[in-house]
This record gives sequence, C-alpha cells and structure tokens, in this order.
Amino acid sequence: MTLPEAEITLTVNGRSVRRRVEPRQHLIDFLREGLDLTGSHVGCEHGVCGACTVRVDGRIVRGCLMLAVQAAGCSVETIEGVSESGELADLQSAFHQRNALQCGYCTPGMLLCAAELLETTPNATRAQIREHISGNYCRCTGYQAIVDAIETTLTARRAGRTAD
Amino acid sequence: MKPSPFDYVRATNLTEALALLERHGEQAQILAGGQTLIATLNMRLSAPDWLIDITRIPGLSGITLTETHLVIGALTTHREIERSALVAQYAPLLGQAAPHIAHAAIRNSGTIGGSIAFADPAAEWPACCVALDARFVIQALSGERRVSARTFFRGLYDTDRAAHEIITAIEIPRERAPRRSVFMELARRHGDYAIVGVALLGRVDQGRLSDVAIGYVGAGATPLLAQGAMAALEGQAADADVLARAKAALAQDLDPSGDLYNSPATKRHLAAVLLERAVKQLLA
Repeated sequence: MTLPEAEITLTVNGRSVRRRVEPRQHLIDFLREGLDLTGSHVGCEHGVCGACTVRVDGRIVRGCLMLAVQAAGCSVETIEGVSESGELADLQSAFHQRNALQCGYCTPGMLLCAAELLETTPNATRAQIREHISGNYCRCTGYQAIVDAIETTLTARRAGRTAD
Repeated sequence: MKPSPFDYVRATNLTEALALLERHGEQAQILAGGQTLIATLNMRLSAPDWLIDITRIPGLSGITLTETHLVIGALTTHREIERSALVAQYAPLLGQAAPHIAHAAIRNSGTIGGSIAFADPAAEWPACCVALDARFVIQALSGERRVSARTFFRGLYDTDRAAHEIITAIEIPRERAPRRSVFMELARRHGDYAIVGVALLGRVDQGRLSDVAIGYVGAGATPLLAQGAMAALEGQAADADVLARAKAALAQDLDPSGDLYNSPATKRHLAAVLLERAVKQLLA
C-alpha cells in the first residue's frame, strides 16, 4: 500500500516552502524533520506539555495537534524565525538573566507562549502570567524564574512605551 | 505517538463536505479545530480512513445577532468566544466559561462546534448550552434541522447527530435582559478537565432567585440540567434552608461516575459545594 501524500505550500519564517507530506504528519514533525527547524521540540504528542508551541497565522498553536496539511496556505513562525527577527530579544535576555531555564527543552515553546501574553495583555498580573503559561510544562525551574522573566519583560516594555 | 495513515481532503463548501461524509460514512471524521480529534488520533484511539477538513468552509465561523438569537458559527474558536463583545453582552456565561477550557494555544484552535459534536461530559460548552437552552443547527444534504441542547446529548459521547450530518451553528435565545450567570469548576490544575463544574443562570430581585438554570459539567454521562435543584431555588431567597434543599436535590439530578482520583461520592459532594458557591456569587 502506498501511503497518501499531499503537496502543500506554506510560508515558514517568511520563506515560501513547497513540500510533499503524508497527511498524518504533524506540523511539528514537518518543521523539525522536513525543514530541519529543530528549535521547536516534541514532548507529549497529545497537546498537554506545550513544548511544540509554534505560531500559525500569528496565533500560538500546538504543533502536535495540527497536521502539516492543515497549515497549507498559512504563515508559520518558529523560534528560529522570531529569534532572527529580534522580536523576542528582550524576553530571551530576561530568561537568561533570571535563570528561567535549565535544560531548555520547554524554552522555545515557553517563549512563544509568553510572547502572546506580552502582545495581548501588557498589564498582565503574575496570576495571569501563571494562567497563560499553564499549558507549557517546565520540569526544571519550578516556574518561579519563568514568571519573573516574563514579568520583568512586561514591566520593561510598559516603561518603554511610556518613555516613547 | 503518531497517527495511523489516513487521507485528507479540505472541503471548500458545505455541500462538498456533506457529500464526502455521505460517501465515506463511518470511515470519515470531520476535522474542525482538531484539538481533541488529533490527540485521539495520536493515541490511536481512533483511526479513520479520511479526515474531512471543514475549517476553510466560508460562513461557518463568527458570532452574529438575530432578532431572536445569538448565533455562534460552529467553527468559532474558544478564543473568539472568550473575547467577543456580543457574547459578553448577550451570553456572558460563555465568556465566563471560556478561560476554563484547556490553555491559550488550544483555545486558539479548538471550536465550539467540535466540542458540541464530541460531547465530552467533562467539557464546558455542552453544559453551558444545556443551561442556556441553546439549540444546534444541523445540516445534511437532505436539509437543515434544529435540535435542543437539552435533547441532543444522549449518552457518553453519543449525540443526536448522525454520521452524515454537520453542526453548523449554535443558537442561544436572546433575553430582553440577560440573566446573571456564574461558571465555576474544580480541577487539579488550571486547564485540566474539570472534576466537576457548574453553569448557573438566574435573575435576582430583592434577594429572590428566578429563571434559574443549572448545567453540570462532569456529573454524569452527558452534560446535565439539574432540574431538582433549579426547582428548589426558583422563586426563593437562597437562605440556608433553601440552599440545603437545592443541594439535597442534586442527589437525584446528578449521576457522576468515579475517575482515577475521585469517587462518585466525592464528586457529588464537590458538586454541592460548587452549587452553594455559585449561588452565593450570583447573589453577590
């Protein structure tokens, strides 16, 4: 039996990409194995841990709960793309300074998840930060330092806006 | 894990999707937000031959107001409902329930129609729809029909929808003045499936409750309407005696099964605790 295949065209980190994929392939596996974008990680593969968080058309999604074929025509951004653009440089720097990672496995997903909060809820409280990242598991830090880093960035961005 | 192989087709209109469903029958699954379906495929709890992606069909998404109803397209995401000004004005219960659904990344993709069709008794939307006396618009090639949420859910993951039908919208009756509402649930961690949850609607006039509706999450094989407790509260000032009667009525209203952590008795107790908290918040 030959497995079904489909041809998809999508934008990944600003570049147009055309590939043949099996319909059953997860978006995250397509990004990692098809495009060598291994910054995003695979954890639980059923939508619980958040390690595979990527952006599709500007919104964060679980890369293991979306098929590559579903992303046809979409614009996908991974940690490689947002790192290159510098969009999250301040957040990434805060993660360094606050020691908000140890093994780093959850970090790419955590950063993209936090980025959505920075964007949508600039006045988020610590409780809101915790709630927002509740779908991204970290097994090293105990979260305190991650919440600190996100809060630091929120505060700095607010101050930056006031200064403008 | 990875899903077993299947073929995939992206339907461009409703007629095409319905024709594909007719042709492939039980071998096909409708793919909407995929936030439950793809997880079950990953775990190989289901292995359809076909996925029919309906997410690009125009007209199935969005929130509108008619003379009589607030209409939520089946493909409207949890996130859109959470942030909708129309929902906040005409069915605030839904806005209160939305943050309890999983996590931000999942709310960005998951749809209300998918949640209704999957009919998990521990999910938020089915219980809210039962409490709100919503109805579902269901489309087949042969025509369209409407079914009350209160009769749609028939058993565990079993609904009135046939395999060749697609839910296209959720219609919630408009009220001249929307009732007050409270949504509460108990979960071990934020975003987990609720151990038990409650959706409470009612009016408060000089301390007396009226037009009370109570939907329960995770308290039976389907989302449940707690009719005994509703009758106990209707027209009453919710003093200690009335609350005690309403809580006692839950014994008949609810039929929870145990899970890994909680026995049916524990869930019954927690359901009563939630009812009291919800009523007090509604009155506050």
